[in-house]
Amino acid sequence: MPATTGEAVHLVLNIFGILLAAVVAAALLTWVERRLLGFWQDRPGPNRVGPFGLLQVVADMLKLFFKEDFLPRFADIPVFVLAPVIVMAAMLLGFAVIPFAPHIGVIDLNIGLLFFFAMSAMAVYSVVLGAYASNNKYALLGGLRAAAQTVSYEVFMGLSLMGVVMLAGSFDLRTIVLAQRDGWFILPQFLGFAIFLIAGIAESHRLPFDLPEAEHELTAGFHTEYSGMKFGMFFVGEYLSILLISSLITTLFLGGWLGPWLPPLVWFLLKMSLLVALFILLRGALPRPRYDQLMSFGWKWMLPLALLNLLVTGGLLLWRG
Amino acid sequence: MISSLLRSLWLVFRHLFRRNVTVQYPDEQPYLPPRYRGRIVLTRDPDGDERCVACNLCAVACPPDCISLQKTEDEDGRWRPEFFRINFSRCIMCGLCEDACPTYAIQLTPDFEMSEYDRQNMVYEKEDLLINGPGKYHEYSFYRVAGKAIAGKGKGQGLNEKKPVDLHDLNL
Repeated sequence: MPATTGEAVHLVLNIFGILLAAVVAAALLTWVERRLLGFWQDRPGPNRVGPFGLLQVVADMLKLFFKEDFLPRFADIPVFVLAPVIVMAAMLLGFAVIPFAPHIGVIDLNIGLLFFFAMSAMAVYSVVLGAYASNNKYALLGGLRAAAQTVSYEVFMGLSLMGVVMLAGSFDLRTIVLAQRDGWFILPQFLGFAIFLIAGIAESHRLPFDLPEAEHELTAGFHTEYSGMKFGMFFVGEYLSILLISSLITTLFLGGWLGPWLPPLVWFLLKMSLLVALFILLRGALPRPRYDQLMSFGWKWMLPLALLNLLVTGGLLLWRG
Repeated sequence: MISSLLRSLWLVFRHLFRRNVTVQYPDEQPYLPPRYRGRIVLTRDPDGDERCVACNLCAVACPPDCISLQKTEDEDGRWRPEFFRINFSRCIMCGLCEDACPTYAIQLTPDFEMSEYDRQNMVYEKEDLLINGPGKYHEYSFYRVAGKAIAGKGKGQGLNEKKPVDLHDLNL
């Protein structure tokens, strides 16, 4: 419990500030992504609504709000309605443990990293339940893929971070950031970073790992039957998960808010936006693998590499005493 | 595999510094060459008289059959269309009418902004099609060079036209 009113106000401001910032940033990210993809394809992207097309987000939201909120007759209505809420709620909860700057951040859990894993695992339910409740073959295929993909990538996603946890000696994200004062963990844990990046992309169903959506084969995958703001919530949930994964990579491997000259929050946001841009670049450049390629890549390459990383890191730490 | 992935990432990233190929159309007008096949017009000869002689060749050549006209004849012997109608909601801007025209009357112009809210407004009548100039061919006047006799110009009086053959001169 907060001891004084000052602390209470600080906490409330933190909670609402981060919630609002996360949702607004996720919405803006739709514009950023389309703009950047446009530039990478030698075209301007959406630039008509407002300055630089910034108000495109508002236009899209208005459109989604006024679309008919269609509930398919054959759907399992309560689950169908609940599914998009889960992904957004889980992703927003995930932001609670992220330490943005020395005094910005909702809570410092001593199991912060595990909390993040729990939340990202919860998000799978959204996709699987949404797909099942749609009662549609494309959605079902998408949901099956999402389940298999997330289950297999979650395994080494956790394992890849154990090296960081061993180096920092804590699951608390704030402690992990402070442990990087002498050097970011991306150097000693580069393998862990690469594996976590790949797992993070798969976790947020982004290209090249967007097989649950795979619009060429499955129309829109798990959200085929969704429209209006329910679709919008899946959409914003996806962008929230990009933001979440990016800020987590920043925290775990890129020294969080640490950096010279600039204020801590600016450093954090800078690192995070670069990672977000990388996510978008991956979408712009890489083709989607086949489903079995994705699976064998996960189990035959990523998992052994993650285990190897764990072994070597543990061995070195023991050897150094 | 990884090097090819990184290479394609780099190649795509470099496009950030390329010029956009987009022409932002209503703000930026693209350059259309003079022979662009756009809106169809009926031109006039240098004297300001309409060139069309209502020969119907354009209507015959037109693949979607969007040209319709009716011939009438002046008292001086000139042919002209009584009405001339192009249905632009059917026109495919192929330019075959321009190719078929023996008098350079029908020509396509570099203008394509002819959208309408009402489909009926896409049907252009002769007064909508006629322009006040000679179009792409400034000097040409059909009746001046053609062998057709009209009031004030008999057989053989056209520009560069030989005298008509006198049957009595022929050594038959």
